[in-house]
Amino acid sequence: MRWTSWAEFWAMGGYGLYVWGSFAVTAALMVIEVWQARRQRADTLLGLHRERALQAGEAAQAPVAVSKDMS
Amino acid sequence: MWLGRAVAPTDAQQGEGYRIIFVHVPASWMSMIIYLAMGFWSVMGLTFNTRLSGMMTRALAPTGAIFAFLSLWTGALWGKPMWGTWWVWDARLTSELILFFLYLGYIALTSAIDDPRRGDRAGALIAIVGAINVPIIYFSVKWWNTLHQGASVSMTQAPSMARLMLWAMLLMALAFWFYAIALVFYRVRTLILQRERQAQWVQDLPEVAGGVA
Repeated sequence: MRWTSWAEFWAMGGYGLYVWGSFAVTAALMVIEVWQARRQRADTLLGLHRERALQAGEAAQAPVAVSKDMS
Repeated sequence: MWLGRAVAPTDAQQGEGYRIIFVHVPASWMSMIIYLAMGFWSVMGLTFNTRLSGMMTRALAPTGAIFAFLSLWTGALWGKPMWGTWWVWDARLTSELILFFLYLGYIALTSAIDDPRRGDRAGALIAIVGAINVPIIYFSVKWWNTLHQGASVSMTQAPSMARLMLWAMLLMALAFWFYAIALVFYRVRTLILQRERQAQWVQDLPEVAGGVA
């Protein structure tokens, strides 16, 4: 270790703003990206759920209509 | 990251500011590699008319765009203290900026076209034609006189940077690789579910079928 104190670590020899600015934005964007991918998956699954429920609902209706026509 | 931040020795010329390299270089590499991958999958898709190729290309785009942005952002933060400027219109920076715009263009175009397959094909053109930009970025520091420094890591010669720095940087690059691969595959799995929703196997998945009467 070449750091003699935490303060020195954070300061990064005067370049603290630039170095931490870089690392912080990188970390933040990666977190956001993962969150976005998860959101997308959750939304897709929800959409598929709903579609399936809708189709199940329609299937339940159909036999009634057919027998009416046949009478 | 620990290596990069805590252990690697202070660079003789640039002081502590150089540590940005540990994200800047890996991000740049990833932005280039991912675009090449998009080009590859686009060629596959157009040649074999496979659905998955288009999905793969789409899944790659957001990750690649973010890396391109990070490359530019971290580059600017490095440039300001080192060379006194956030930006300069030299060959490398400009071509990386163009790469970023290509990513955005791809995402915008594919989002705008309703029919997924047509969207894939239109996007494929951007991916393939734009891929020519990647070798330009790579060789730009050699071909033109740029503010951006020349290559210090090459396949044929011994690198001109300290060993520990090099290892830390390569480790970060590997970490970015894994991150990108994991995220892209996660994303393409979601795309597959969306696109193939009519298929029986999708309907049978526990995540979809479970909980519905």
